[in-house]
Amino acid sequence: MLSYALTALYLAGILAAAAGGNADAGGAVMEGAEKAVEFCLALVGPLCLWSGALELLERCGGSAVLSRALRPALGRLFPVSAADREAFSALTENVSANLLGLGNAATPAGIRAVRRMGELGAGAADELGLFVVLNTASLQLLPTTIAALRAAAGAAAPFDILPAVLASSLFSVSAGLLAAALLRRVWP
Amino acid sequence: MSGAGTLLPAVLMGALMLAGLTRGVDVYDALLAGAKKGLRVCLDLLPALLALFPAIGLLRASGLPERLGALLSPVFSALGIPEETALLLLLRPLSGSGAMAAASELISRFGPDSLVGRTAAVMLGSSETTLYVAAVYFSAAGSKKSRWAIPAALFADLVCFVSSAWLCRLFWG
Repeated sequence: MLSYALTALYLAGILAAAAGGNADAGGAVMEGAEKAVEFCLALVGPLCLWSGALELLERCGGSAVLSRALRPALGRLFPVSAADREAFSALTENVSANLLGLGNAATPAGIRAVRRMGELGAGAADELGLFVVLNTASLQLLPTTIAALRAAAGAAAPFDILPAVLASSLFSVSAGLLAAALLRRVWP
Repeated sequence: MSGAGTLLPAVLMGALMLAGLTRGVDVYDALLAGAKKGLRVCLDLLPALLALFPAIGLLRASGLPERLGALLSPVFSALGIPEETALLLLLRPLSGSGAMAAASELISRFGPDSLVGRTAAVMLGSSETTLYVAAVYFSAAGSKKSRWAIPAALFADLVCFVSSAWLCRLFWG
């Protein structure tokens, strides 16, 4: 898929440059490669710093504390899975790791959760769908990678987009849950 | 706001370190282990940046976006989304590193504090690699019928993109 997109970008660029008679557009390719490395180098510092902070958060048990706090709300959203101890503990672990931005912990927990939900059979099928919708929306409370990207580009205050990110995530998660609630009634 | 905003990272780090020490966590070791993971992320990202930046550079130098912009802009302006983010929106559900590369390009070209740069950052920060995540979880569950989940997830993405653009215009436009 990405191969097609990339090839299409190149072909469109070459054709348009030829048609417009600006052959020096080719120089932009080498320049782009240079910029890519510059940007990545600038990113290393802030990204490593935040990854360190997240690792610390994980080792402090941030995930476990949040899991306990989330149990009542998630129990209402996933009643069938909540009745199964294994599925529910993996599910709460996944959601709390997602909220904290601990991608390394979220995915394995999510996979354990969906495996168990798959074993629970047809009764848990709607909850499996809901869980996927929840995971495809961003739950992360602190967008550390994005802040690192902005810091690398020289932002004055890399985290000042936080309110917009949180509000937008909230709208998107609500829209996903709402769409799921409506669609599951009508979809065979 | 700007004072609190710039101090926030340091305060967060300090609080985490204190929390770690009181819980007997080896704070220094955790920071180093995390930094190593961060390096890994950068290493994975660089090839995607190297694939996408030159392609975008070529396309921009060719002058095509200006001409295409006239075609695209009615749709994008109807939704209130800056048309420069078109590639980011296309890549977002498919590829995490591809979307990150596209957003990085916008942030570095327009500047992190520009409206387009902020919109790209908010879009990236409030969405996920929808189709990839759905594929991973449905295949792990051994379920072939995803039914309504993917349409609902893509609808959530659309809401995310539109609300990101509107919120940025509201806050910084």
